[in-house]
Amino acid sequence: MTARVRFAIAVLVIVGAVALAAPWISPWSHDALDWQHLASPPLSESHWLGTDRLGRDLFARSMQAIRVSIALGLLAAIVSVVIGVTWGAVAGFLGGRVDALMMRFVDIVYALPYVFIVIILATLFPRGSLAALFIAIGAVGWLTMARIVRGLTLSLRRREFIDAAIASGASTSTILWRHIVPNVAGTVIAYATLTIPQLILFESFLSFLGLGVQEPFASLGSLINEGAQEMESSPWMLLVPATLLTLLLVAFNLLGEGLRAAREARHD
Amino acid sequence: MISFALRRLAGLVPTLFVLVTLSFFVIRLAPGGPFDQEQKLSPEVLANLDAAYGLDQPLPVQYGRYLAGLAHGDLGPSFRYKDFRVAELIGSGLSVSLTIGLAAALLAFLGGVPLGAWAAWRANSWSDHAIMGFALLGTILPGFVVGPVLALLFGIYWPVFRVAGYEPGDSSFLVLPVITLAFPVMAYVARMTRDSLVEVLQSNFVRTARAKGLPAHIVLVRHALRPALIPVVSYLGPAVAFVVTGSLVVEAVFGLPGSGRYLVHGAINRDYPLVMGMILVYGVFTLVCNLVADLVYCWLDPRVRLA
Repeated sequence: MTARVRFAIAVLVIVGAVALAAPWISPWSHDALDWQHLASPPLSESHWLGTDRLGRDLFARSMQAIRVSIALGLLAAIVSVVIGVTWGAVAGFLGGRVDALMMRFVDIVYALPYVFIVIILATLFPRGSLAALFIAIGAVGWLTMARIVRGLTLSLRRREFIDAAIASGASTSTILWRHIVPNVAGTVIAYATLTIPQLILFESFLSFLGLGVQEPFASLGSLINEGAQEMESSPWMLLVPATLLTLLLVAFNLLGEGLRAAREARHD
Repeated sequence: MISFALRRLAGLVPTLFVLVTLSFFVIRLAPGGPFDQEQKLSPEVLANLDAAYGLDQPLPVQYGRYLAGLAHGDLGPSFRYKDFRVAELIGSGLSVSLTIGLAAALLAFLGGVPLGAWAAWRANSWSDHAIMGFALLGTILPGFVVGPVLALLFGIYWPVFRVAGYEPGDSSFLVLPVITLAFPVMAYVARMTRDSLVEVLQSNFVRTARAKGLPAHIVLVRHALRPALIPVVSYLGPAVAFVVTGSLVVEAVFGLPGSGRYLVHGAINRDYPLVMGMILVYGVFTLVCNLVADLVYCWLDPRVRLA
């Protein structure tokens, strides 16, 4: 394990633990208003990271936002892995016309701007129903995963152990789940780790547009958006969530890159 | 080569047709209509509006009319921006977005390639690590973090550039948006240039060139860089299309009247013709940029044959 991966894991564990424990650590809840401290800078009394315009504690709000971001990122990544792996493995294994048809579908959806699809999906659900929204985003995010898995499946398909499985009378679904999926799992996990930060970013982007998390809950994107409007008078409102988001994204990316490099090293 | 380009251009038409058809029906999947407001319009007014814009017709008829308009180069009226044609809106927005986008694409290429080449040249040195760390930040940080932070640093703490707004001809408004827009693209270009150059530098023709006594920096620039740029060019095709059609985030952060917002606002407001127009513009840019990327390929690598 390289120093970068260790650093990434350490950051994720610490940030995750603090975010989970925040309701017990912090004297403030994420939606409590403190009229004595409106827009106070960090370290004013018990507001470690300062407060926003309404006197809400920025530490409590940031930690609540991190809980939302990570949970939604994981949820959407799981959805996209499940759909993408199934789609790609089936297309790659069956081949021929089925493969052509399935991958043509992927190409067409690819051609539409991602933002457009997600906004249409967002309008199908009531505002604030984030789990539903994220299942939808995950359902769009599986396209690249499907392509990767299909490519791997195509090369696995020609290996002897698959022929052996076919010869011994294994059914298609058995071959897919017992032989193909375990063999692509490593690459899939590495790629999925890299999708999580993208999904977190996407949620922040939607919150930035006002389509994501709704008040009184916050996400890192909505905090950054609020902070950007107040940055002249109270820069910490921008810098605190921006730093936290950067830290999370860097950690997830280093972890994903590390996992991918480890896979490639093993193949060489 | 010219016949290849012409054939590819003709091939764009069916692709665009599929794109238009698909998005025409997908956007109508979203519940609600273009004239839904907080304050409900009376049914009579709504019926009149629908009739005026042809929304009372069955969907296939609307689709046929839209295509007929498109064949005449008419993108239709905007439903939300009253008295504006979609073509006018997108045209005026694109003039801003294109300026910023082209400048950003140029900056990304001219900055990214030398950075990547330097990192590959000094692979695994501290300058390589520094450049790659910078590139990692660039690929990760979204515009809505980079933009406000740049505005805070260079607009407020050290006020050298204008932070928001736009006046034609005054470029001090454009510096920060261009940097914000270029940063992620430049970071990707630097990373890809480095990775492919490191590989190319180990190949036989580079060793031959070195063995016949050419100095290392000439081998790098004249021999190794050209093939190493191939993956960079294939990335830049769609990236330039994306940058040039306008970024909603950069435009929102810096208050620019570009075209990026029309896609998102059009979709939110169910302004069907506006969304369709933006998707069409985006599609044309993507396909044309990919075509240009393919043409640049054969210049970079004479082995590539255009079929």
